[in-house]
Amino acid sequence: MGYDMSDKNFDKTLDVTRLKPYGDTINDGKVQLSFTLPLSNDELGEEAAKQMAQKMGLDNPLVVASETLSPAFTYYVVYGETNASVDLTQIRVEKAEHTSLTMQDIDQLILDHFNRHLVVVGASTGTDAHTVGIDAIMNMKGFAGHYGLERYEHIDAYNLGSQVDNNTLIKRATELQADVILVSQTVTQKDVHIKNLVEFIELLEAENLREDFLVIVGGPRISHKLAKELGFDAGFGPKKYANDVASYFVETLIKQHKR
Amino acid sequence: MNKLNLSQDNIEKARQYAEIIAQDTQDFIENYTTVSVERTVCRLLGIDGVNDIDIPYPNIVVDYVQKHGDLSKGISRYMASLVKLTGASPHKISRDIEQGLIRLHRVELVNDDEILPLLHPYIDTSLNIIKEMRSKRETKINALQDKNRPLLYVIVATGNIYEDVTQAQAAARNGADVIAVIRTTGQSLLDYVPYGPTTEGFGGTYATQENFKIMREALDDVGEELNKYIMLVNYASGLCMPEIAAMGAMERLDMMLNDSLYGVLFRDINIKRTLIDQYFSRVIHAYAGIIINTGEDNYLTTSDAYEEAHTVLASQFINEQFALKAQMKSSLQGLGHAFEMDPELENGFLYELAQAEMAREIFPDAPLKYMPPTKYMTGNIFKGYAQNTLFNVVTSATRQRIHLLGMLTEAVHTPFMSDRYLAIENAKYIENNMKNLFDEMTFKTDGIIQNRAKHVLTEATMLLKEIKDKTLFTAIEKGTFAGIKRSRDGGKGLPGVILKADDYVNPILDQMIASLKEER
Repeated sequence: MGYDMSDKNFDKTLDVTRLKPYGDTINDGKVQLSFTLPLSNDELGEEAAKQMAQKMGLDNPLVVASETLSPAFTYYVVYGETNASVDLTQIRVEKAEHTSLTMQDIDQLILDHFNRHLVVVGASTGTDAHTVGIDAIMNMKGFAGHYGLERYEHIDAYNLGSQVDNNTLIKRATELQADVILVSQTVTQKDVHIKNLVEFIELLEAENLREDFLVIVGGPRISHKLAKELGFDAGFGPKKYANDVASYFVETLIKQHKR
Repeated sequence: MNKLNLSQDNIEKARQYAEIIAQDTQDFIENYTTVSVERTVCRLLGIDGVNDIDIPYPNIVVDYVQKHGDLSKGISRYMASLVKLTGASPHKISRDIEQGLIRLHRVELVNDDEILPLLHPYIDTSLNIIKEMRSKRETKINALQDKNRPLLYVIVATGNIYEDVTQAQAAARNGADVIAVIRTTGQSLLDYVPYGPTTEGFGGTYATQENFKIMREALDDVGEELNKYIMLVNYASGLCMPEIAAMGAMERLDMMLNDSLYGVLFRDINIKRTLIDQYFSRVIHAYAGIIINTGEDNYLTTSDAYEEAHTVLASQFINEQFALKAQMKSSLQGLGHAFEMDPELENGFLYELAQAEMAREIFPDAPLKYMPPTKYMTGNIFKGYAQNTLFNVVTSATRQRIHLLGMLTEAVHTPFMSDRYLAIENAKYIENNMKNLFDEMTFKTDGIIQNRAKHVLTEATMLLKEIKDKTLFTAIEKGTFAGIKRSRDGGKGLPGVILKADDYVNPILDQMIASLKEER
């Protein structure tokens, strides 16, 4: 450890076709990681951790900490230089197409294009007991300074809470003649959320209701790409707030409305 | 202890209001029983196990009497009558019921004075186990537990009880004092308790009596190795609240999450059902010497921790009175609160410190349960670790007793073994490094900290007065706690609520209460 006095004999110009992590010099490829091995904390374990890092593609791995969790488990913190790079020109990102409007703009758009309120029904579904995600988007107070949908003048927002089964959600959305269904999946284990989300879409399709709603899924492990793959109209991951979601569905509904 | 210069008059007033609220509710509770209360009685009469299709025998018996008899007389009366008729044990009778060998309409019900003589051998067997467990715990705790520092509390949640054991033992070796086995998602809504060891669960592990036993043994083993007593926690909540309390009492669990309002607000369990269940479960906990943990901290995951702090305090006052009505002494009342303010809030740390010290001063004998930040944990684990550090400082400074450690990976995944290790290391560092800091400190008169505590107490007192005037049921219908509204006839489990007949009996409950009153 300490000051890095080594020669930096590599090209230090940024090349987006060969992008590498940045520690303190362009292209140095520095990464930090930590993991646990089911081993006792000794020289053998440390060497195993080092080789593990090498096999993950790290040059010059440095095991900077090894902490005993249990006689048979040791936790390692490792630094190294990755030999991997990515070509930025070859990456395509799918994200929900929308501009990020403010609450006032969104309300105005609804007023201009619809002669009624938009109805949004949301729930945290399946076994997921967490309401943090759906509350952040729907509750009056919102999250991190972004008011939730309940605060929007021209949106009727119904938050059904947590552990709502897919059938109940669809039934309520039909009763309320919802325009949009929001599904939240916060903490899940062993990918149970995927199964649940697939089931939701299958149920909608089986009842011939898929086209009646915009269906949107959100959660920390959700990307727009995943959402599309699962048959949703859009997906929102971390750092997306009520106005992002509302911008998307208002713009999309306006487009559909015009058709 | 009076660093905050709180008005003792205000505290006294708040307590009086809470007592009236609890008494009003208690008057309601006394008139009712529930299917889960009666199933608990079955368990304490020695009925256990499941049939070929995994239905627990306590459910079979209670469902049978509900269908063919009159459960409002209490399952004890039926059991006593069947014991008299058959000469068999309740356990054996439950099998006969399942086999269709019992014709209830032919059974003559026994009189009040016959019931105890018929049932007391079975009651005594269970109560003796519970008493034995209690004295074993007390002996170990007196010998091995440090009473002056926070108990480091971590959770395990793998879904597999055997994997939980590996994680729990590792945590104990790192320095954890208390291990909570998180239940599988959705168990609170099951109207029966699953049976046997389990290896599949989502976000947690099924609470079964066998799982309790497996973990108890594992923690006793590692405790022996470390010369410590490692406490075990589970959840006596949801639709089987008192049954799980009884199972925990027999398997020497040391703490139980036990809070009706949590189930009402966050699991939409019917409020009547769960208040009735809570009363019996708290009596069992009191009798077994199990510390309860209440769930006020959860309010702040939906409500704002700064604006709604008084609802937490008001609820603590109410929970204290509910516990006292169940003959539970203060030293078993793990009242809950949390460090959940927005980290962007200017002087947020001062407010948290004020509120934690306020709870400490208002409930001096309660082993307060203090919860770490969860709402504003973002996945930036490094910032999260810093938030947990501030939380640990408050916990340590204000001598919270049950220190629920924050995980840097909160909001990312159920904890890795290493996450727990880092959390314990952080807490131990602060506890040692700042050990007597707070003894050296006083607060500025009418400064930010004193004024914050004063303000929260005043607001809580006003809220309690309001609840007293309109009853707890109405307050909850109006969304007083966590901003969630629940109607008294809504939610899950209402069909399991039964008005007691004039000749209702529950000799186990009576015996526990008599014994607790004697103790006091």
